[in-house]
Amino acid sequence: MAAFVVTDGLKQLIGQKEKPVVFKIEEGAIQRYARAVGDSNPLFNDVEYAAQSKWGRVMAPPGFTGWPIASGFDMFKLFEKLAAVGAPMGLLDGGVEYDFLAPIGDGDILVMEIKIAGIEGRETKMGPTMVTTIESTFTNQRGAVALITRNTFLNF
Amino acid sequence: MAKQLYYEDVEVGSEVTALKKIATTRMLVQYAGASGDFNPLHYEEDFAKSLGVGKPIVHGLLKRAWLVNLMTDWIGEKGGLKKLSCRYRGMDYPRKMKTFDDPHDGETWWCKGKVTKKYVEGEQSLVECEIWVENGKGEKTTTGSALAALPSKAK
Repeated sequence: MAAFVVTDGLKQLIGQKEKPVVFKIEEGAIQRYARAVGDSNPLFNDVEYAAQSKWGRVMAPPGFTGWPIASGFDMFKLFEKLAAVGAPMGLLDGGVEYDFLAPIGDGDILVMEIKIAGIEGRETKMGPTMVTTIESTFTNQRGAVALITRNTFLNF
Repeated sequence: MAKQLYYEDVEVGSEVTALKKIATTRMLVQYAGASGDFNPLHYEEDFAKSLGVGKPIVHGLLKRAWLVNLMTDWIGEKGGLKKLSCRYRGMDYPRKMKTFDDPHDGETWWCKGKVTKKYVEGEQSLVECEIWVENGKGEKTTTGSALAALPSKAK
């Protein structure tokens, strides 16, 4: 068993930015997400409660914003692009890091900028594995960076 | 909501209030729909088998959402989650459904955490925690860390 060897085609994609997408945060989508993950926090679920809170609106649970919820951006397209230049077909989600920099809630409009921050070869229990880090930055309508996410994916 | 936690209430070694979760096939379908993650790895037996994970697995991102839930419940509305990271270390398999609402008996997961550091930085009273999701065998299948600001009684 050996570490995955990163092809030149893959190396060329490192640092490459995808076309930015606009990401609108909506209360109904937040509520569906909160119910799906079993989070009963009234700030994320209850319109009346949230309206009385200091935020005055339904707030998005941290982690709601970003992959896989990213309207207008299809992460699987990006995976296809990687596969076309040598990424193995097996795909697992490796993990994620978030920097929560400003609250995000109903009505916010975020611009998401996404890039492949790194690709490296490793050896894991799945065999030779390509580890890709995808970094996304979300800037809100007030011009503040509200969120940075770093997702790690494993191709094997 | 539980009563508000304050910076003065926690010490290094304090436990984050544990949160119980049960992943079911129904929950995975619901999560796929709400999140837009329609990877067949989470609902199709043959596809999951072909990837070498045996059978459909719980979304890592769902376990991540549980850890967010753990932290936001614990820090309360006056607390602020600053950072969270996690790694998916082991596969988890959902319980199948017995009735429309109820799953079969089986695996129960617990989200847990422990304070590893507390410090004041500028205006903020911060706590760092190690956090994890534990399966029924006590194995940590997702591990991570979180940084949160807590309100202080001193202010």
